[in-house]
Amino acid sequence: MTHNEMFELLKQVTGHIYPNEIEMRWSILIVLYPYLTGLVAGAFILASLVEVFNVKEVQPTYRLALLTALSFLLVAPLPLLCHLGRPERAYEVLLTPNLTSAMAMFGFVYAWYLMVVLLLEIWFGYRKDLIVWAKQEKFPMKWIHRVISLFSTDISEEAVRFDHKAVKFITAIGIPSAFLLHGYVGFIFGSVKANPWWSSVLMPIVFLFSAIVSGIAMVLLLYMVIIPMRKEHIDMNCVDRIASFLFYAVIVDFSLELLDFIHRLYESEESIKILSALIINKLFISLVVIQVLLGMLVPLAVLVVIQLFSVEEELRRLLYFVTAILIQVGIFSVRWNVVIGGQMFSKSFLGLTTYKMELLGVEGLATALGLLILPFIILAVLMKIFPPWGAPGQVQEA
Amino acid sequence: MNRRAFLRTLGATIVRAGVFLGLSRAGAVGAAIEGAAPEEKPRYGMAIDIDRCIGCARCMEACKTENNVPQEPFYFRTWVERYVIKTDESLTVQNVGMEKYQIAEPINEWDILRSFFVPKLCNQCDHPPCTQVCPVGATFSTEEGVILIDSTRCIGCGYCIQACPYGARYLRPDTKTADKCTFCYHRITKGLLPACVEVCPTQARVFGELNTSASPLTRFKRMEMIHVLKPHLNTEPKVFYANLDGLVR
Amino acid sequence: MKSSLPKFPEQIGRLAIVAVLLFAALSWIWLVLPPSLKERSLQREAATEREQAKDLKYAGATICGACHVPEYNTKKTGYHRSLSCETCHGPARAHTHNPAKVKPEIPQSRNFCPLCHAYDPSRPLGFPQINPVAHNPMKPCVTCHNPHDPKPPQTPQSCAACHQSIMRAKAVSPHALLECTTCHVAPEEHRVDPLSTQVSKPSSREFCGQCHSKDSKIPGPPKIDLASHHEKYLCWQCHYPHMPTVYR
Repeated sequence: MTHNEMFELLKQVTGHIYPNEIEMRWSILIVLYPYLTGLVAGAFILASLVEVFNVKEVQPTYRLALLTALSFLLVAPLPLLCHLGRPERAYEVLLTPNLTSAMAMFGFVYAWYLMVVLLLEIWFGYRKDLIVWAKQEKFPMKWIHRVISLFSTDISEEAVRFDHKAVKFITAIGIPSAFLLHGYVGFIFGSVKANPWWSSVLMPIVFLFSAIVSGIAMVLLLYMVIIPMRKEHIDMNCVDRIASFLFYAVIVDFSLELLDFIHRLYESEESIKILSALIINKLFISLVVIQVLLGMLVPLAVLVVIQLFSVEEELRRLLYFVTAILIQVGIFSVRWNVVIGGQMFSKSFLGLTTYKMELLGVEGLATALGLLILPFIILAVLMKIFPPWGAPGQVQEA
Repeated sequence: MNRRAFLRTLGATIVRAGVFLGLSRAGAVGAAIEGAAPEEKPRYGMAIDIDRCIGCARCMEACKTENNVPQEPFYFRTWVERYVIKTDESLTVQNVGMEKYQIAEPINEWDILRSFFVPKLCNQCDHPPCTQVCPVGATFSTEEGVILIDSTRCIGCGYCIQACPYGARYLRPDTKTADKCTFCYHRITKGLLPACVEVCPTQARVFGELNTSASPLTRFKRMEMIHVLKPHLNTEPKVFYANLDGLVR
Repeated sequence: MKSSLPKFPEQIGRLAIVAVLLFAALSWIWLVLPPSLKERSLQREAATEREQAKDLKYAGATICGACHVPEYNTKKTGYHRSLSCETCHGPARAHTHNPAKVKPEIPQSRNFCPLCHAYDPSRPLGFPQINPVAHNPMKPCVTCHNPHDPKPPQTPQSCAACHQSIMRAKAVSPHALLECTTCHVAPEEHRVDPLSTQVSKPSSREFCGQCHSKDSKIPGPPKIDLASHHEKYLCWQCHYPHMPTVYR
């Protein structure tokens, strides 16, 4: 932000803020990061339903969920790098992490989750197929698959059984790892006692469940978009089952957020005045309208209706589609309200300020949109290398 | 000796060696503490008497000059706030020197019930949330109890700025690293006073050693009722206020 | 131990090779890195030293007296004795290193002294304040006040010189026409050395009763029955004498 912009911002301050608070340090990129890792965790939880909880109906989305998780995971560090004041020093988090800092966990949790959980699970899950496909492919795909499978050749029943067991085992480890990957972000906020909007025991839990909601909804959305693009038939059993899990997750998430709200109002601590002013003056649209109404209540109502009454297939598909999109917008606004909202009021509890999002620039809207689109591009590439349904080349031409 | 006995002996030897090494390292450290004891460094604190501050902002200017803080009104290592409590019990707070940049309603002098100035700076907490959250450990406490920032290692993530309850930290626009008041560490380690204390015309700021019988700070703590900012957050600040109104945040 | 171990899975073997290579690469990187990148204590020592080596801009109050003896000694006994030289003259360390070439500022404009001495209702009571517009307009402050011994050319006759906020409150109150001396006795030394002498304040209800009791002969002021009107209290425990209006 230029100094001219900051002078303008000063004029929009209401009440009193500490002079250093005029510059909001955590921008839309820090809103994006928990959104992305939330999708990773949520997509992985959906995949784990198949492997660990034996929910056979959602099998068609299993590989898609893993690839989705990987796409978003690969992009996740980018908003952090873009936001750092000195990104060239980012390696220090791995070399000399401060063990009392939740943020220092990032490097290790990320590396663990990427390599030990996600990549390994995808490797074991695809290994046999990669070997089989490579036998019939030409350059370059043949070599890509051979390299990725580490030139493995054993496709005996015993080896495949081992692969399956490995996948189960890794998924079982993966579930708490996914919780850690996204939960620590909630802890980063929840452990800041200086900020009453963030400081809460519920913060990591709310983050986690909103992540599960968004991840499941994202896989549902992708499935319902990609399958028709391939001119194939949507498996409604699968979609209905996913929607029911989404329904349970939305109920839990809604209950948690409602609990937080009621609890704050009831205890009525000193910060309640400025936080109420924050919601009414600065966050009304993003919180009341988008997060709660459009992102939570409307999807909840739709899912309740579908669970209780029989809705015919085409309408159900449309409703699921709309619901999934609303949920994405809603969960993104959850992150927005936490990160940006938490910086819009002064720690003196006496004033409010505004967030002026830049359009261009390393922390601007354009960068954020680019980073939001990038995972889908990566997913398209990954789907070419690791086709989720059938062999490569089985995609029907348009 | 059969295999089992050999293994048992080997295991016991390893355990004993480990204990020995561990104890000797601890012993070495202990010897270092007792033997060549390094000179104990003084611990510093600051005291502020609200009844003396006239809000002249000499301290703000001196600090910016001494520490090369950018001149724009968005970066302060120390600043002064004006508190105005009116007869209708409403509270208005303004930042001294910033009135021309902000749109504030003018204060009618005859509505004032109480009014005073509050100088603020980094509280050099003994239990600092900022050093706790720095992911790379770039900010740390020295033996004198002063919290410094290693600007060659700070990655500019801004977590410490979020964690400070007092708004004492900011990001330097030139180096993109975090910065804050250091009690003029480069001055106090040479026996000088911090710049803000040096130029205060009414001696509202007092600087000295803690835990010493003959220090301006000890005298202050004996004669005044001491307050700190946000005590409920348990940051254990080392900036002590006398005559601090309960409404000050 | 030869036995019926299951066949070692080929995939694990390949993964193990990758893992070992990765571990070797990371270990090599770790070993090759210099200690300054890995040791937290080294980094902190270096940072502390760097901080201590930063250059100074302000010289400190005592050093000016080494050369500027007359001003320094004059200042020792005057009203500005608690100020540092650099409070007004700005950072002077460069001047101590190169006295001939580098000179600190000597603020002489009327804009400078009001930084401290302009009237401001938030300033503590008893601090000398003036109205910079009305107080001897156009004249530089140093014409009448030696900055190193800034006693005013005449002893202030009005209490407003230091107690302006009280005067301003009183001026719009029902007590506007009362002189300060009606209720307070200020010895002459108080005007020269305020902290050395106490100014008296009334100590009994009967004092206010001189005007405000039902028995008082003075017409005009509101009257109360001194014997029964909140007889446990002193008047100023409820009524602020400089703005004694009662309102809800």
